[in-house]
Amino acid sequence: MNELAVQMAEPETMIPADSEPFGRFENVQMVFERSRQDPLVAIEDISFDIDAGQLISLLGPSGCGKTTFLRIAAGLTRATGGVVRIRGVDVTKPQDDFGFVFQSPNLMPWRNVLDNVLFPMEVKRRRNAAAKARAAELLELVGLAGFEKVRPAELSGGMQQRAALCRALIHEPSLLLMDEPFGALDELTRMEMNDLLLEIRQVTGATTLFVTHSISEAIYLSDRVVVFSKRPANIADLLEIDMVYPRSAELRYVPEFTEFEHRASIALGISR
Amino acid sequence: MKAVYLTRSLYPIAGTAAIIVLWQLYVDLFEVSVVVLPSPFKVLLAMIEEWRLLLSESWVTLLECVYGFALAVGLGIPIAVAVTSSRILNLTFYPILIASQSVPKVAIAPIILVWFGLGIESKLVIAFLVAFFPIVVDTATGLRATPPGLLDLARSLKTSPLQTFIKIRFPAALPFIFSGAKVAVTLAVIGAVIGEFVGADSGLGNLLLTANSQLDGALAWAALVWLSVLGILLFALVVIAERLLMPWGIEGSQH
Repeated sequence: MNELAVQMAEPETMIPADSEPFGRFENVQMVFERSRQDPLVAIEDISFDIDAGQLISLLGPSGCGKTTFLRIAAGLTRATGGVVRIRGVDVTKPQDDFGFVFQSPNLMPWRNVLDNVLFPMEVKRRRNAAAKARAAELLELVGLAGFEKVRPAELSGGMQQRAALCRALIHEPSLLLMDEPFGALDELTRMEMNDLLLEIRQVTGATTLFVTHSISEAIYLSDRVVVFSKRPANIADLLEIDMVYPRSAELRYVPEFTEFEHRASIALGISR
Repeated sequence: MKAVYLTRSLYPIAGTAAIIVLWQLYVDLFEVSVVVLPSPFKVLLAMIEEWRLLLSESWVTLLECVYGFALAVGLGIPIAVAVTSSRILNLTFYPILIASQSVPKVAIAPIILVWFGLGIESKLVIAFLVAFFPIVVDTATGLRATPPGLLDLARSLKTSPLQTFIKIRFPAALPFIFSGAKVAVTLAVIGAVIGEFVGADSGLGNLLLTANSQLDGALAWAALVWLSVLGILLFALVVIAERLLMPWGIEGSQH
């Protein structure tokens, strides 16, 4: 586990203190051309910065463009306007040092858990003993030790998503992108997974962009919450969550937490 | 789990036994001529008496089916891969493939015989022709039906097209390929027999026709039984191959 932390710390020391932030989104815009219809403006203008090691939530209602934005950040989609700069690189296609966690686990049913987790290393032709050791550590960290030879069909949804999380971390990404990863899970499992994610962050220090439609999840997990407006997306509000880490479940019930929730729901237009 | 299979198979066995008993009773009661419908007892006698002949003819038909099927798989899968990988190949060959299927194989069997002669080759070709289409279509369908989430995953990791094909698209297509293979192997048997009917000097289909024309009903039916067993055996082999190559599929299917 210490090895995981040490290796994740290196990228941060490489960035000089007075240069660009870890990540910068400048006037990101996304317009979809449609046949026989007006173009669809999914994202109008989103601009914000990310600092290394932060967990930043993108919060908004369904269909507001936050998944589109995440995919732009990941290089899976190309924005029609604006700049995405992460670690000094203009992101227009998928990057070697990004890890993506999808809404559904997307595990290969014909592989067991270990082979699924090691898949990124296989693709990068680095499936060696060190990779296997890291896989074992990650699986232990998420509570799947002993399930290496099991096939995905035999796992619950939550367990599958935990395996998917290991897969996203196996190559020590500098940026972790997560698209409503716990949305399909029941509330209790979701709360467990939130705590697990915080623990992983503590150990690996991974910078994380996290898309969610749950106000409490966004506030519980994040350093910052970017609240998306309805389509066409703009930033409705930017919440700096200055509550300390490590966080635990009781935090959800302190007044400060509720105030943040209130602010978020005002920004979302749910309450006044 | 084995116990379940044993008790389950008792049902069709009992059903078959009942049919055989009824069959025997019918033939005895109505004094049906042996040419029209031999009794199960007579068919069994013929199978015992002529087992060497049945075995040698079965071997011929078996080779025709196996070679024809193997050729269908050996050509069909690469063609399906080619057709799904290239739009030009797809647009060029897929319509031709579909059109060729509307030609009844029974109709072109005599032409195949003229081209390839009376021997095993012509039957093999007919078996191949009937088995080819299901393999190509199902493989192509399978290659196109890759779960989009997995393709997204591959893209996010900058997986090369070749890696994506070998590690994701082909394994995801296996259930479809085996589906096509099961249909194809059944059709291969039919194709081989059709070829033997049209013109042959050996094989179970040929034996069936010959015995029929000699009014040896029992032998004809014996050949028919062996043909059925051959078909079932080949199908079972494909199922076994499926279980071996697709161990993860077992959880989903119950049969």
